[in-house]
Amino acid sequence: MAVEALGSAPRVKVAPWNDPIIRGWVFQIVVVGLVAGLAWYLVSNTIDNLNRQKIASGFDYLGREAGFEIGDSMIDYSPASTYARAIWVGILNTLRVAVLGIILATILGTLIGVGRLSPNWLLNKICAWYVEAFRNVPLLLWLFLFYKLISEAFPGPKQAISALWGSMFLSNRGLYFPVPMADPIHKWMGVGLLVGIAGAVMLYRWAKKRQEATGQPFPSISAGAGVIIGVPFVIWLAGGAPSTMSWPALKGFNFEGGTVIQPEFTALLLGLVLYTSAFIAEIVRSGILALHKGQSEAAAALGLSRGQSMRLVLLPQALRVIVPPMTSQYLNITKNSSLAIAIGYPDLVASINVTINQTGQAIENILLIMAAYLSVSLSISAFMNWYNKRIALRER
Amino acid sequence: MRNITIAAAVGFAAIAATSAATAGTVLDAVKARGALICGVGTGTAGFMLADSQGKWVGLDVDVCRAVASAIFGDAEKVKFVPLSSQQRFTALQSGEVDMLSNNTTDTLTRDTALGLDFTAVTYYDGQGFLVNKKLGVKSAKELNGATVCVAPGTTTELNLADYFRANKMTFKPVVIEKVDEVRAAFFSGRCDVYTNDSSSLYATRTANVPPPAKPEDFIVLPEIISKEPLAPAVRHGDNQFADIVRWSQYAMIEAEEYGITSKNVDEMMKSDNPTIKRILGVTPGMGKALGVDEKWVYNIVKQVGNYGESFDRNVGMGSPLKIERGLNNLWTKGGLQYAPPIR
Repeated sequence: MAVEALGSAPRVKVAPWNDPIIRGWVFQIVVVGLVAGLAWYLVSNTIDNLNRQKIASGFDYLGREAGFEIGDSMIDYSPASTYARAIWVGILNTLRVAVLGIILATILGTLIGVGRLSPNWLLNKICAWYVEAFRNVPLLLWLFLFYKLISEAFPGPKQAISALWGSMFLSNRGLYFPVPMADPIHKWMGVGLLVGIAGAVMLYRWAKKRQEATGQPFPSISAGAGVIIGVPFVIWLAGGAPSTMSWPALKGFNFEGGTVIQPEFTALLLGLVLYTSAFIAEIVRSGILALHKGQSEAAAALGLSRGQSMRLVLLPQALRVIVPPMTSQYLNITKNSSLAIAIGYPDLVASINVTINQTGQAIENILLIMAAYLSVSLSISAFMNWYNKRIALRER
Repeated sequence: MRNITIAAAVGFAAIAATSAATAGTVLDAVKARGALICGVGTGTAGFMLADSQGKWVGLDVDVCRAVASAIFGDAEKVKFVPLSSQQRFTALQSGEVDMLSNNTTDTLTRDTALGLDFTAVTYYDGQGFLVNKKLGVKSAKELNGATVCVAPGTTTELNLADYFRANKMTFKPVVIEKVDEVRAAFFSGRCDVYTNDSSSLYATRTANVPPPAKPEDFIVLPEIISKEPLAPAVRHGDNQFADIVRWSQYAMIEAEEYGITSKNVDEMMKSDNPTIKRILGVTPGMGKALGVDEKWVYNIVKQVGNYGESFDRNVGMGSPLKIERGLNNLWTKGGLQYAPPIR
């Protein structure tokens, strides 16, 4: 307003070097020019030096045979695969531990955070001790501890602890358990699972609308779970109920058949989840404490139970405080998963490290690893920002 | 992750600093600095290890000392930089170190695409397998399905995969960044087998077995699955410096062949043998051709010893490792160590 009012007055003529608008532009152009010049200098100097020292450059190596084995892979991989595939195996392994870590740490952290607010003295103190113990010791030490515990405490494969009538085996090689033999129906069951999840979401929305309109509650949670499990189950039955299992059995040095959760993965996941959940617990607690006391009193006055008031009244409001710092914790889990290399879990950093060493192309590989972490982190941020907007207080 | 960061730092330092590193010859830079900077490994008994006084000792370390003796006439004018197997090449490429002497295997890719030059072979090695005797395995051919502990970033990983592929066997690797942690995982029973260059396996068996287990509980399987000529490396393109490193190594071998030792080198100066006179610089010319002092071989042998002395003291019968000379014996005694004549 004030500017417009002034604008109507005749503009005072000033010299160009005193005009704030021109000056602003000049400074910005100079800064951008300097940054671009520095970038150009670094890049051209690098290329020049690499050429002079006859060091190979470029990304051609990605198509060459990698030649090394990876201990834990979610997709088919052998030493005859390419470097690109080896790096992809690493990315998938990083994503697997990060996604599972985020889900488990959120659940555990929320429980601990709510537990710290419990009027039960014992529960309250246990949760407080948990938080202080886990967040005050560096994550790397927890990883070493869990890895040492698993590899030292459990027996070798020949003395493996068997459970559930000899179908599961626990040893320092990991936990072996039976899985169904691969069957084409599994793909369709996966599709069925997605359909089931979509159905459950629709059911939940319909139930919510009906309750708002008529006041009739509908057990949408148990019904939804039924849909999610039921659809793949029906498909499985329709496919002739293939039930051949692959059983783990001791053969030579190790178990064969079934599937395995390796000690490196377990130690890393355990470390990430326990460490991060301590931080998440504090975030959840702070979110709930940020609410006015009147909210829980009003909920109690309406006759809601403690659980109901937490679920229906307190947590939805607390989420607005909780979500932004939660994003940082999710990013931390993803980035901290790179500590995997210290205990031998073959994550992205491990794949890239070997590739750097075999090809000697450090710059290209470090660019790749930075791009990979950046895109994962930006995706998490984007999703959390979208979610944050969705739950934000809407004024009507 | 730490290594990546260091590699990145070194890499980007390289970007900014190479003009300085390549401005003069390496020899000029070393002389101006007053010390040779030698990249070694982080610690393998017998090859490179800082002793209780912090003094670096080992077969690889002796090569660095020999080069310093040739250039400065003083084996102590060396700075040692411990590098992990993943940092070493970047450190050399970027000029952080003048040379590498850290059990690096000479291969075609490294010689070409990495911009390095390898000099003479310090130690003819080969990759082997260390297993617990309790396993009852007598040959590497029986290792189908085994879990194998291996340190990352070496030719070891590739040889291992090649060997199992060639013999139609499968294995599961456990790859941990630090050698100490790899060994700990092996000794805790996480793996059936630990694989590395056999020299390093002997060193591990001698120095790293955790009590109450004894070194005798473990055996190195007879199969040697690879050729590992371990050689020092220098940057590609400075031939004079590469020559000095290479001929310092040859000088140690020549000295052993002609019976010149650190004990008798002063008497040998009075020898009438024309070859020995030429080697020790009594007849001048060799040092000038190489661009160093005429008494370069005298200094090397006097301060470091000949190849046989160095081998015996660090890894051979005079050391806890007790490795046989084998391939590393002189060519005159059935080995492969053969130096071109100094003339």
